[in-house]
Amino acid sequence: MITFSFDGKSYTAREGDTLAAALLRNGVGLVGRSFKYHRPRGIMTAGVEEPNALVTIGEGGRTEPNTRATDVFVYEGLVAKSQNRWPNLSFDVGSVLGLAAPALSAGFYYKTFFGSAKKWMFYEYFIRKAAGLGNAPTQTDPDRFSQRAAFCDLLVIGAGPAGMQAAVEAAEVGKRVILVEQDNILAPSLLRDPQAQDAAWIKATAERIRAAGGRILTRTTASGYWEHDLVTLTQRIAEPGQIPPHNVAQCLWHVRAGHVILATGSIERPMAFAHNDRPGVMLSQAVRTYVQRFGVVPGKRAVIATNNDDAYKTAQALKDAGAHIVAIIDARPAPAGAGSGFRVYNNAVPLSTKGARHCLKSVTALVDDKTVSWDADLMAVSGGFTPVVHLHMQAGGTLDWNEHAQAFVPAASRQNVTTIGGAADPQAIFKMVPVSSPKKSFIDFQNDVTLADVDLAWAEGYRSVEHLKRYTTLGMATDQGKLSNMAALGRLAEKQGVAIPEAGLTTFRPPYTPVTMGLIAGAGAKDAGAHIRRLALYDLHAAKNPIWQPLGYWFRPRAYPTGGETLAQAALREAKAVRNNVGMTDVSTLAKFEISGPDAAAFLEIICATTVSKLAVGRGRYTFMLREDGVVFDDGTVWRLDENRYLLTSSTGGADRMATHISYVRQVLCPQMRVSAVNVQEHYAGIAVAGPKAKSVLATLIGEEPPRHMSTVPASIAGVPVIILAASYSGERAFEIYVDASQAEAVWAACETQVNEVGGALYGLEAMEFLRIEKGHLVVGGEVDGRMTPHDLALDKMLNKAGGYVGASGLARPALAETRRRQLVGLEAIEGDIPEGAMLVTQEGASPVGHVSAAAFRIIEGGSVALGQLTDGFARHGEELIATSPTRGQKARVRVVVPHFYDAAGERYRD
Amino acid sequence: MMQFTCPHCGPRAQAEFVYERTVDSVVALDAPPEDAMRTLFTRNNPRGVDDEIWRHTYGCRAWMVITRHRVTNEISAIRAVGPEALT
Amino acid sequence: MSQYSAFGLLRGAFNGQKHWQPAWRDPQPKSHYDIIIIGGGGHGLATAYYLAKVHGLKNIAVLEKGWIGGGNTGRNTTIVRSNYRLKPLHDLFEFGLKMWEHLSDDLNYNVMFSPRGAMFLGHSDADMTKLAERGDAMRCDGIDADLMTRAEVAKFEPLLDMSRGARFPIDGALIQRRGGTARHDAVAWGYARAADMLGVDIIQKCEVTGFVRDGAAVVGVETTRGRIGAGRVGICVAGNSGHVAGLAGLQLPVESQTLQAMVTEGVKPMINSVIMSQSLHCYISQSDKGGVVFGGDPDNWPSYAQRGNSKVMEGAVAQGLALVPALSRLRMVRTWSGVTDMSFDGAPIIGETPVKNLYLNGGWCYGGFKATPASGWTYAHTLATGTPHALNAPFALDRFERGATIDETGSGPMPNSR
Repeated sequence: MITFSFDGKSYTAREGDTLAAALLRNGVGLVGRSFKYHRPRGIMTAGVEEPNALVTIGEGGRTEPNTRATDVFVYEGLVAKSQNRWPNLSFDVGSVLGLAAPALSAGFYYKTFFGSAKKWMFYEYFIRKAAGLGNAPTQTDPDRFSQRAAFCDLLVIGAGPAGMQAAVEAAEVGKRVILVEQDNILAPSLLRDPQAQDAAWIKATAERIRAAGGRILTRTTASGYWEHDLVTLTQRIAEPGQIPPHNVAQCLWHVRAGHVILATGSIERPMAFAHNDRPGVMLSQAVRTYVQRFGVVPGKRAVIATNNDDAYKTAQALKDAGAHIVAIIDARPAPAGAGSGFRVYNNAVPLSTKGARHCLKSVTALVDDKTVSWDADLMAVSGGFTPVVHLHMQAGGTLDWNEHAQAFVPAASRQNVTTIGGAADPQAIFKMVPVSSPKKSFIDFQNDVTLADVDLAWAEGYRSVEHLKRYTTLGMATDQGKLSNMAALGRLAEKQGVAIPEAGLTTFRPPYTPVTMGLIAGAGAKDAGAHIRRLALYDLHAAKNPIWQPLGYWFRPRAYPTGGETLAQAALREAKAVRNNVGMTDVSTLAKFEISGPDAAAFLEIICATTVSKLAVGRGRYTFMLREDGVVFDDGTVWRLDENRYLLTSSTGGADRMATHISYVRQVLCPQMRVSAVNVQEHYAGIAVAGPKAKSVLATLIGEEPPRHMSTVPASIAGVPVIILAASYSGERAFEIYVDASQAEAVWAACETQVNEVGGALYGLEAMEFLRIEKGHLVVGGEVDGRMTPHDLALDKMLNKAGGYVGASGLARPALAETRRRQLVGLEAIEGDIPEGAMLVTQEGASPVGHVSAAAFRIIEGGSVALGQLTDGFARHGEELIATSPTRGQKARVRVVVPHFYDAAGERYRD
Repeated sequence: MMQFTCPHCGPRAQAEFVYERTVDSVVALDAPPEDAMRTLFTRNNPRGVDDEIWRHTYGCRAWMVITRHRVTNEISAIRAVGPEALT
Repeated sequence: MSQYSAFGLLRGAFNGQKHWQPAWRDPQPKSHYDIIIIGGGGHGLATAYYLAKVHGLKNIAVLEKGWIGGGNTGRNTTIVRSNYRLKPLHDLFEFGLKMWEHLSDDLNYNVMFSPRGAMFLGHSDADMTKLAERGDAMRCDGIDADLMTRAEVAKFEPLLDMSRGARFPIDGALIQRRGGTARHDAVAWGYARAADMLGVDIIQKCEVTGFVRDGAAVVGVETTRGRIGAGRVGICVAGNSGHVAGLAGLQLPVESQTLQAMVTEGVKPMINSVIMSQSLHCYISQSDKGGVVFGGDPDNWPSYAQRGNSKVMEGAVAQGLALVPALSRLRMVRTWSGVTDMSFDGAPIIGETPVKNLYLNGGWCYGGFKATPASGWTYAHTLATGTPHALNAPFALDRFERGATIDETGSGPMPNSR
């Protein structure tokens, strides 16, 4: 025996019980409340289509709201709670909404609650509180969800007799087979309806499948059929709320199949009659399942309502289990049901039910135009069978109408999928039309949609099936319309006076049954699926406990504070060290490409908008790159290392984009060129040494005269080969040292020793930002924002006059030469500190004429300076503006100046 | 998720590939400026079959032209990129 | 036609709600209209409504190939906001946002516009500066925007993961308090009903199959329900703009891509506002029915399939869970996809085409729903007068080849890099 609790009360269950079976076993008939009117609801089905018996399972971070009691197997200690009721399930204050039901017709909210948006929000507050079913957990999920990929020749979905037979046949001719079953046992329908294939057959067949190399997954639902025969499977490893064996609660499988067989069976349909939602009204096959599989008899006096033969099996099962069959209401004319031995009423349809204390009390039917009533505590209903065609439709298939079964069956498939068994060939039924008042005749049980709502939607012009669905919310509940869609379609067809196939069909989309979000996310939930790249020199930085700054997938030191310094204090100290002495920093993340071959220079002149071919060996220069539309998208330096060998650097943030661009130009536009373009971004680590003493530090390190500004030499530091580029971003004489990343630590250590020797400092990104702003150097993502042309950035004089580079055509577009474009300017504070990101306005209250793209302080003299974009800015030097940030309550008076605040002549670069 | 047969690697999950652009958007380096901008800024964008340039970014990194139906995702051809693949 | 009101509902309580009339007629197409709008989505229906209401035009038809509101109007995440960085964008969307604030009353149809706040999260100092810049740009143009501190964000949305160790820790947010959500279907239906009352013919199941030309000018359309003449024709079929414009021999700066969204089973209120993050490429809100609505990036390749991709969905959910871990045990119950017109600067196109009498409204990328009133208003002006309204003048079709793009993200002319 297993102990579990429901709404705080302890019960016992048998091994293998679903929660629904266990509740019925304990005589619990009232399990939930409906969404809109809070009507009392019981257990209606024995499967995933259950609309009513929704409970919250589990505790803490494992709490799973809206769990179908029919789709959770009881385990020791299971905790279940009812939902959407207050103060308790049997006395729910919310049920007064039922009294207001006549005014709360389908779409009532579209017709009222007028006034301002604020007024609507007042009403909406109460609507939101009333809506929803369970409560979401507020604690972190302690479990994990895994994902795995699999490939097979044949995927069989549904391990009924048909599915198992298909699986074993394929496996035994050598096909790789995966067989999945959403239940926790194979062929569960055989327990409901024993056939020639018995338990021994199931066991033997499963063993044969496994012996032939097949894989069998139970408690696994095929939730989505995607492109090119990819099927996602959701596998329950632990039951809802259960502590999983290895912390993994569920597994998501991505199965790419050569062929898919759907043996998904069918779902029984309810019937529409008044108060058909009362606890005690159940689907016929569900009743039979509880009786035959679980040994639970859900009532003593049963009325059966049917339009087919299948329900007679339920009557027999109930009778065999000791229940009394009061009547069988059969919609078919005589002699249907004759000889069954039961009291059969032909030409009979159910009209309504009555209840007491949330239990069924009596059933009324219309028999040959006369009403007849019976006392009953159980009503088993069978309105026919709806094939489970969801996956077939998700795969892009079409449907045919099967008149005998009054059902849609799979027709053409667009992918490699075949449907077999009951899903392809459902049982014949008798077509019947509901006769009771449509008012309390529910078709979407959870969302409380009745036939009357369908009628109203029709009368108001919501006549396409999609409008009907959206207007009434039919099919939008957690059961996704599995029970309701056919009833709605039938009513719609009746109204239109057409056959059901002409009334239309809504689209079938994944998932087949609701899927846990944590499972869809998998491991990505922890890090948002965003990987991190570690610097080659990460450990050396980490030992200094810097302030880190995220930069794409990198984290880089922003500053190295010492002795309780703030970020700003540390950055200023570091920047001063560069200006006055020497500093060093890690520039490894810069994009780097090695371009070589006879056509290397020609290739670079396609990528770069500046000239390259005139570079002498050992020399380098600043360059920038354009998008095809002529906008600047990156900048960097290009170096001629050898006759036909160049190194191109560009920004960290644009590295991946630049790599793709270079590859595109190489492979797609210039496949004939004799050139190799290799991305060496992470092959080399980079160390920058900058400052007035940089040259002497470097001379010590390499043991020779360092290269002059914009020159490059190969050298060796600490015995490690390096490439020295004499380039400067800071505005000081500076060197970038590139070294094989695997040997970078030794080089860094040697540099650091020398820098410390002369009293220099490490500097981070914050100091680098101060330095480059003061110098007036651009940053991609700041001044280079994807909207500026070379002219806007005052780079046009550097353009390769010969053209031929990517973006040359784009630059010729007429609007780019018009006035009123934003242009790069410098800004100097007259009063106040310039807020970065602030708007530039000519006066308070005016629309902005530009903005501050980067702000800093003069490193030595102090004073707030900034770079910005300003409409027609080149012609506005000397003008006074306001830099205002209303969101931060900051502003400064500024003067427009040339964007160089430090050593505009470049004298610091000279030796 | 689709599956593409990379000309170099064989069948691989679409997640390994990145779509870059359509063949009709490829601007030849020597295209006259007006033609270049028309090519860059307009697309056939058919509700049917088109030639697309994808890259096996998380595989061999090669570029390829994939002929694909935009509604059914049926792949009718995949060929390695080269001057002849773009015509 | 009966006016909608609480009184009407109460009256209906005693007659089984039998007094309601169809929300719109089901007319046969006439042989000629002054203006034909192709596409019965929110934008097309709004355009028709403002043509009738503001410009006093009487002879207007909206042609819809399926059922109204069945395209992207019914396939979005219902977010309404105007928090754009660039002036032409925030001016257009703000004009729309002001209309949203009175739309239910104007249409006599509750579109459930709920200004519960739309916030962009910042995950670093650099993010916060960028958000401040955006907010400052808005504020200087008279649009509400406020920075929120980390503590304020934590209080406003208690279920956000505020831990410092998160992959993208939350440092604050930029909130537009007037932003929020609306009921998407109601927007289409409300505009349809209001336009119908003003005499607009809304013709469903009427697909345009070609254009009728007189020389260089369009003078009508061929449809599955016959030829219909027109003074002016406005295309308003975002997602299928390329296809319909193609019928007139036009090629557009548009690539159709699939954008998918999803919703969880309904739960009691847990998310108060619209949560957006650009680092995480996802947006989350909770509907009035209790479902948590999720959206992410487009599929990033051309597609006309109204069908999403499993990997893209998994990525979007992973990012959402990184922000709100409490969503882990909820279940996704439904997914949907729309075909979006990805334009080549991320901004819409509203205005003339090179073909006389033919106008275009499209290129909305993934941002069209919130623009519905403004799009309708400005497009109606353009169609009625033959010249663009000041608000849509910057969004001309020729801006790409001219070089006057409106590139909010600065990511250039490739729609998949946006």
